[in-house]
Amino acid sequence: MVPVSHVLALSVILFGLGAAGFIVRRNIITIFMCIELMLNAVNLAFIAFSRYLGDPDGQIFVFFVIVVAAAEAAMGLAIIIAVQRNRQTLSIDDLDSMKL
Amino acid sequence: MIAPLFYIFAGLAIVAALSVVLQRTPVYSALSLILVLCSLAVIYLLLGAQFLAVIQVIVYAGAIMVLFVFVIMLLNARQESPTDHSLFARRLGLPLLAVFLAEVIFVVVGHFSGTVFAAGATFDGGPGAVGGLLFRNYVLPFEVTSILILVAVMGAVVLAKKQL
Amino acid sequence: MGTTFFQRADYVAITPEVVLALFGLGILLIDFLIEEKRDKYLNAVTALIGLAMAFVQLLRFWRGTLLPMPYSGFGGTLVLDSFAIYFQSLIVVATAVVVLISAKYLEIEEAHFGEYYALLLFSAVGMMFMASGRDLIVLFIALELMALCEYVLTGFLRGDRRSNEAAMKFFLLGAFSSGLLLYGMSLLYGLSGSTNLAVIAERLADRPAGDPLSWMAMTTLLAGLFFKVAAVPFHQWTPDAYEGAPTSITAFISVAPKAASFAILLRILMAGLWPMREDWKLLTIGVAVATMTLGNLAAITQTNIKRFFGYSTISHVGYLLLGLIAAADGNPEGLTAIAIYLLVYTFMNLGAFAVIIMMRRQNLIGDEIDDLSGLMTRAPGLAILMLIFLLSLAGIPPTAGFIGKYFIFLSLIQTQHYVLAVVAVLYAVVALYYYFRIVVAMFMKNPLDSVPLATSTGLSVALGVTLTLTLVVGVYPQPFILFAREAVRPFFSF
Repeated sequence: MVPVSHVLALSVILFGLGAAGFIVRRNIITIFMCIELMLNAVNLAFIAFSRYLGDPDGQIFVFFVIVVAAAEAAMGLAIIIAVQRNRQTLSIDDLDSMKL
Repeated sequence: MIAPLFYIFAGLAIVAALSVVLQRTPVYSALSLILVLCSLAVIYLLLGAQFLAVIQVIVYAGAIMVLFVFVIMLLNARQESPTDHSLFARRLGLPLLAVFLAEVIFVVVGHFSGTVFAAGATFDGGPGAVGGLLFRNYVLPFEVTSILILVAVMGAVVLAKKQL
Repeated sequence: MGTTFFQRADYVAITPEVVLALFGLGILLIDFLIEEKRDKYLNAVTALIGLAMAFVQLLRFWRGTLLPMPYSGFGGTLVLDSFAIYFQSLIVVATAVVVLISAKYLEIEEAHFGEYYALLLFSAVGMMFMASGRDLIVLFIALELMALCEYVLTGFLRGDRRSNEAAMKFFLLGAFSSGLLLYGMSLLYGLSGSTNLAVIAERLADRPAGDPLSWMAMTTLLAGLFFKVAAVPFHQWTPDAYEGAPTSITAFISVAPKAASFAILLRILMAGLWPMREDWKLLTIGVAVATMTLGNLAAITQTNIKRFFGYSTISHVGYLLLGLIAAADGNPEGLTAIAIYLLVYTFMNLGAFAVIIMMRRQNLIGDEIDDLSGLMTRAPGLAILMLIFLLSLAGIPPTAGFIGKYFIFLSLIQTQHYVLAVVAVLYAVVALYYYFRIVVAMFMKNPLDSVPLATSTGLSVALGVTLTLTLVVGVYPQPFILFAREAVRPFFSF
């Protein structure tokens, strides 16, 4: 039998890796994929809690998170295409036309 | 839940997630992410969420990731070059993140250590049960989702099309 | 499960949102048929009609003739109480003013497309559900609907490098914050077993005081929410998004989503996390002081007026959070202060932006503070209007801004937070200094150019509405205070 804590630990590790990638990576597309990793970690936590509590709401929440992730992906990639078209770059460091 | 399967796929997910974060070439990251998504789908199955496991593979690993790979190909995204622009963010952000995560693991995992999942599925995560809930208790967010998707479609057109 | 899950009254309760969504779809269809560029104004008119209908419906809700108040519908996922109606009305009116100031500006930017107005309406739908949702799932979907519309609208000037960049940064940080918010929600679900705020509050009350798990859930959730309201240290997206977005959208995201984000913050804290008020009070004190400090100090050195207003917004968020601290001590006046502050902030900020947007003319970007130089000699009327809005933003009587700040200070003093009240007053003095930089530019300096300002009927109407409200609330605040008190009553009626 797997303890609940192990599933949650996996979720925290994935969330942490995603967040670390968000900070470290410079390519916009990779940064965006790291955000997807974070969302998946959250989904895992929801499903684990749902199973633990014997309550279906967590699974419904995951369904909605997946829908939002799909919508965000379409939108985010469109923004990335617009940026690339105007600047010919995918590096977050080149987005610096506005400064303090 | 079959324990060995969980640990195998959990390990796979962590290794693949590390690869997502560490690869310098976006397309490798994308392929690793697909591996993470599929391993998680297996774990969802083990946790009794059959419908979501299927959705995870079809919608997430399928549709969404195809979009990613397509855009990577379209924009010809190459290896990223290391820069020193973000040293500040790394020096401040990573330690903060580490502290935060250590805290979460200590609190959350500590709180649930020793608790095991009840034997046998307490909730049937098949399409019928999920659909029933979706159209009864959660019909309002479900309807709002339709506007959300319309906005996403419109947004993609508005932002990415050359001429409106 | 043979019971009825929703009834006719449930659909009545969401009619304003349905009307707005239908008008949004209508605009997309009409826009397809409009050939002539000058007829694009029809889109704006359609949007205004939809907003007016939604507003009338909200007024009927307020009077309680349609539904018994408070009404809980869709299996408890939605609640229509005076709090929801107050914020929804504010959102609808703010969106209408933004529509009024947009048409001329979009024409100059050559981006006068129907999608713009449709997105504004859809985003209003999301924000209205943020005010009335009582279930984490509804709140999350509504928040994302608002956010997605904001990202597209920020990047609406597709050929403009700054607009793209702003959309990109806004999107990445927004998606990251959604991740944080979701993690908090998952923990909250894990420890309470429900996504309904009422149930969550019950379960939280049963947990021992100082329970680390609930503390963790609250902190993560609040980090995500503070992101949305642009509180320090989660404010970094604000100046860039404000500077890069089309000016009309800068005006929009500085008011309507701010009101909606505060609605969701108040709803979650007051209805869901009320048993943990001592914990989130401590956190809010730190964040509020940091937010006021950074917003006020960073605003001093700005040269770009949109960026300037970005930091000015952050400082106002700091004041708004102070009201929450008083509310945590069980003082309803704290929430009243937030409600009334948001109302006056919406109108004075929109008014200021209505003046700023006129600086954008053919071949002239006009978003530097210097562009306002010599406004007094060029357009004395406008300069006086801008002066009134700036005085109000700085909180000088007899303008509305004073009433907002007065109630915040009052609630702090009533709950014996004297140090915080003193800090807040000190920062109000700093604010006076930087708002007067603009006044000095307008009245003392010489004009840089002689290109006539971009005026239009819509802008005049918008200026009229915002000016009237800024002055009326300042001079005769009594009815508005009663509205605000009524709005926050649902949280203190137990």
